[in-house]
Order: sequence, then C-alpha cells, then structure tokens
Amino acid sequence: MLLNQFLLLGAFLFCAGVYGVITRRNAVLVLMSVELMLAAVNINLVAFSAYRAGDVVGQVFALFVLTIAAAEVGVGLAIVLLIYRNIRSSDLDDVDVLKG
Amino acid sequence: MRLPTRRSPAVQPVLHGATWWTNGGFDLRVGVQIDGLAVMMMFVVTTISLLVHVYSTEYMRDDRRYTHYFAALNLFTASMLLLVVADNTLQLLVGWELVGLCSFLLIGHWWEEKPNGDAALKAFFTTRTGDIGLLTGVIMTFFVVERATGQGSFDIMAVNEAALSGKVGHTLLMMTALALLLAIIGKSGQFPLHTWLPDAMAGPTPVSALIHAATMVVAGVYLGARLYPVFYEGLNIGGGGINAMAAIGGTTVIIGAALAFVQDDIKKVLAYSTISQLGYMVMGLGVGAWTAATFHLFTHAFFKANLFLGSGSVAHSGSHHSFDMKKSMGGLKKYMPQTYWTFVIGTLALTGFPMLAGFFSKDEILATAGESDYQFFKYVGLAGAVMTAAYMVRCIYLTFFGEYRGGQPDVHGDDAHAVEHGHDGPHESPRLITGPLWVLSGFSILAGYLNAPAFGIEKFKEWFEPRVAFPETLIHPEFKMADAATAVVVVLIGYALAYAYYWPKVLPQNLSERNGLARAGKTFLVNKYYLDHLYTNVVVGGIKGPVARAAYWVNQNVIDGVLNGVGRGARVAGKFTYAVIDQKGVDGAINGIAVGTGEIGDATRKLQTGRLQFYALMLFICVGLFGLALWLGH
Repeated sequence: MLLNQFLLLGAFLFCAGVYGVITRRNAVLVLMSVELMLAAVNINLVAFSAYRAGDVVGQVFALFVLTIAAAEVGVGLAIVLLIYRNIRSSDLDDVDVLKG
Repeated sequence: MRLPTRRSPAVQPVLHGATWWTNGGFDLRVGVQIDGLAVMMMFVVTTISLLVHVYSTEYMRDDRRYTHYFAALNLFTASMLLLVVADNTLQLLVGWELVGLCSFLLIGHWWEEKPNGDAALKAFFTTRTGDIGLLTGVIMTFFVVERATGQGSFDIMAVNEAALSGKVGHTLLMMTALALLLAIIGKSGQFPLHTWLPDAMAGPTPVSALIHAATMVVAGVYLGARLYPVFYEGLNIGGGGINAMAAIGGTTVIIGAALAFVQDDIKKVLAYSTISQLGYMVMGLGVGAWTAATFHLFTHAFFKANLFLGSGSVAHSGSHHSFDMKKSMGGLKKYMPQTYWTFVIGTLALTGFPMLAGFFSKDEILATAGESDYQFFKYVGLAGAVMTAAYMVRCIYLTFFGEYRGGQPDVHGDDAHAVEHGHDGPHESPRLITGPLWVLSGFSILAGYLNAPAFGIEKFKEWFEPRVAFPETLIHPEFKMADAATAVVVVLIGYALAYAYYWPKVLPQNLSERNGLARAGKTFLVNKYYLDHLYTNVVVGGIKGPVARAAYWVNQNVIDGVLNGVGRGARVAGKFTYAVIDQKGVDGAINGIAVGTGEIGDATRKLQTGRLQFYALMLFICVGLFGLALWLGH
C-alpha cells in the first residue's frame, strides 16, 4: 500500500495553501488557499483510513470536513461580497478598520 | 408546716436552636426554650402589649411621631419576647439590651422638651450600671457550666443544672449570683438604682403601662426566676436568716412605698408603687417563694397596667393632659365613672383586698416568708401592705373626690382639646380607652384564682413551675386562715388611716407644717432620700471635677510625654524609611520594572503590524517551530 506518496502530496498541498494564505492579497484567493489546506488534510485522512484496512472513521471524518468546508466557503464568500460592496475592494490590506 | 413537694413526672421544656456563630470550635447558639415560665411571660407580654396598642391608637392620635411610636412599641414587645424565650444567657443579654434601648426611645418620645430627653438618658445610664452586672454574670455562667461538666456553655438549662449539681465552688456561684443581682437591681428598679423609674414617667402613659407591667422592669424579676438555681445556691436562699436578694427586695418595698406618699404626680405615685411591688417580687425570690414571686409578677402586670392606663385616661379626658393630682384633678368621679370604677378595681387588687388578684399573690409571698426562716421579711411585707393601702387611697381621693381643681369649664373654652372633642370640661374617655381598662379590670379580679390555696386551686404552680433543673426543696405553704386574716386586717388599717386623714379630717392636718420632725421626714422623702443628689452631684460631679482634672493632668504630662517621645522617634524612623528604603529601594525597584516593561513594549509593538497575513505567517512559523521541537524531542 502506498502511504508515503499520499502524505507527500498532502504536505505539498498544505504548504501551497499556507503560501497562498500568506502571500495573496485578494480575499477570494486566500479563501481558495484555505480550501487547498482542507483538501490536504482530507487526503491525509483518507490515506490513513485506507492504510488501516477496514477502519472507516477517517473517511467519515473527511466527509464531515467537506461538508463543513462547503458551509465555510459559503459564509466566507458572503463576507467577501459584503466587504467588496462597502469598500469597493477585495484587497485584504484594505480591511484594517480594527488596526489601532 | 412544710408540705412535701409533690411533683408530676418531669416534663422537659421544648428546645429548638441553631448555631449562631462558631468561634474557635465553640458553638454559640441561638434558640428558644419554651417551658411554663416562658409561656406565662409570653401570655402576659402579648396580652398587655395588645391592650396598650389598642389604647394607644386613641391616646396617641395626632401625635407628631405616631408611626415612630408604634414602631418602637412593637420592637419593645418583640425584644421582650426574645428575652423571654431565650435558651441561653447570651441571647437573653441581647433581648435585655434591646428592651433597654426601646425604653430609651419611648421615654424620650417627646424629646423636644429637654426634661424628657434627660429622663430617657437617665433611664438608659442607670440601667446600664446594672448591665455591667449582667455582662459579668453572663460570662460567669459560662464558667459555672465549665466547672460542672468540663465544657463551658451559656445554655440556661445547663447553667441551672450545673448550679444544682454541687460540683461548682460556692464562691463562684455567689459571685455569679451577686453580679446577676446587680442586673436585677438596675433593670427592676430596686434600691438603690430605682431612681430612673419615676423619671421614666416622662414618656407617654401607655408606654409607662407597658414598661411597668409587661416589658422593661419585669425583665429583671424574670432573670431571677429563670436562673433561680444560681441564686438559690449562690445566695444560700434555702438557709434562711437573711440574704442579699431578700434584703434588697425588702428595702425596696418600704422605701418605694414611703416615697409614694409625697408625690403630687399621679403617675409618680404609681411608679413608686411599682418599685415597691417589684420589691415584693425580688424579696419573694429571695425568701424562696419562687411560685409566689412569679405569680405576683403575673397578677401585678394586670392591675398595674390597669392603673397606669386609668391615669392616662384621666389625663387624656379629665385634666387637660396634666398629671398633677393637686392642681388639675379632684372630683373626677362624677365626670369619668368608667375610669373611676376600673381604677378602684385596680387599686383594690393592688392593695390586696380580699378575693382580688393581689390578695392571693402577695399573701403567698408573705406566707412563704413566714413558713421558711424569713420571719422578718413577713413583717416587712405587712408594713409594705399598710403603706400600699394608704397611699393608693390618698391617690384615689386626690384624683376622684373633692372639688374639681382643673379650673372652670368655661375657662378652658378655647382649649384645643375641648374644641377637638366638641365640648369642654372633664368627660369620660372614648371606648378605645375604656375598653382595655375593663379587660384589665377583669384580669385584676380573676387572675388571682389561678393559684388560690384557700380554695385548693394551685394551677399556677402546676402549670408554670419548672420540674427539671430546679431546686427540690422549695416550700409551698398551706393556706392558713390566721395569716390571711392578718393580711386583711393590715390592709383595712391602711385604708382606715388614709380615709380618716382625707375624708372626715379626724387626724391632724398639715402635720408637716407644724411639727419639725414630720417636716424633716417629709423633706427627706420629697428629696427622694437625696439619692439623685448623690448620683448627680457626688458621683457624676466628682468624676467631672477632681477626677476629670487629675485625669487631664495625667493626660497632659504623662501620656502626652510618652506620646510625644513616641512621635519624635517615629518621625526620625519615618525620615530614614523615606530617604533610604522608600526612595532608593522600593522606588528603584518599581521604576526599574516600569522602564523594563516599557522597553519590552517598544520592542514588541513592531510586531503588531495590523496586517492579517503577517499574523498568519507568524502563526505558521510558530506551529512549524513547535512541530520541529516535538520531532526533535521525539
């Protein structure tokens, strides 16, 4: 059973997600990067589930993560949309009203 | 003849309590102890208090502090009940002081006039003198129990049992009994601390009735009855002869009655009468007549309340709010028939007229004194009875007979009181006043039949005498016709003397104006044995004068010198502390901490960029470092 390859793929995707979250300025791209991180986690979960034959807990967990992620994207996009409407920008650096 | 005391099986008092507070592992408790004595007192207190409340609604109508008055009256009753049901001496002390406070408030109810305020203060301070004894005595009861059982307690049952156990040294018991006796002397108006009681007449009349009948002054007698074993053993009451308690009581009987002869104020006559009657009760306790003394407390409450409320009725409707018998009363019989008759019933009951309340209770005290080895006090009591009969007849004569001396009705035509009632001159009081008078008169007639050995009734003893933790050897005398006859004859002599003096004028009049000896005697009485002079001028004046000056000198030269030295030393020490320890040590440390904090803050504020992604970067770096550390550590 191949495990390392899947874990390496998950690690790569996770790092790509982190890189995106830190460097992108556009809020939509940041959200997409977050999704990337979640996908990486899902790959890990499914990989371990398959590795431990007969244990479906990881797959069930992955399904839950997908569901929650969908809801999270829905809420996140709605927030981005409202921010865009208010300040005519989706640049994260412009969303700094709480900065002292 | 000594009757063997027949006792029914012991009935335990009803006890309920809870821990008040705990101190060093010792529980101080608060609770109730309901036995016959407590029930009797609760009946007296609540009955008299109710009647006084009803009476006051009329008497105090339109008073400037009507609500304050009733609030204090209620607190008064409540405090007395707290005292009565107390199951430990500490709680009793609390009730005792509250009763004193309420009497202070009520005596000084009309404090705008200075004499009233002074009277309130006098009552408070004089009883406080006795309270020193109570405080000492209460503390000593604790050690009485400790000697007997090894574990100290304020519990009244435990104190009584300890006193009777024979395990406590006689000296300790005697000192405890004497300390508590001082409390009784202060509270129950016994010689020589009785001087506050007549002054307490400054309060509204219903208050006087309450103070004299049910609440304040009987608290002392109640204390004596409640802790009777302590007195019984401590003063060796069973031994006969003479003891401090009987001596104080006997003295009070005579001096109180003598002073009642020279009073012009009707309430003061009654006040001295109360002092004298309280003397009977204390004397009764002192000669071992527990049942008779508490029985006298019971009956006295009704007829004395009756008389006080009667005098209030006279002042309210007959004499234009004056209590002076010689100036504004006289001849009121035909104007106030109901007040007159109730007053007469009260007087007959007080003086011990046959078959009325006072006859049974007073005779029982005298009979017990005669049966035990206290013959002397029997004669003291008989002498007191003559005087009581005489001064009460004098009081009735001056108030209700002869010519009305309150001025002509038309003179008072513009009197606010007359206008308010729509007519003028003396008249009968309204029903809210006469109602309580008649109820109390009924009690004055009937209360004596609770314990009338002449008819074989001894209900009072059966119901109210404690059966546990109580001296076993008390005497309950048989009824003897000779004793009763003596008492009746003595009372009749008293009546006859006063009658002869006032009505047909057969006895020499104005003796004090012609005979030097009689004048000296009267002056002595009018000045109240100079006790007030002694207290005000000698004791208080002495403390104010030389003692205060000496204390001032000591204060200025000795204490101030010491204080100044201490002050200078403290100043030098303070300077050193300021310059070296405070400025350099403490301030240095604190400033260092502050500067350090500021610098750290300056350094770290650079991290607070406000850029979210920078924070995220920091977060990931930290998580990465943490993971690295875990991995390396593994």
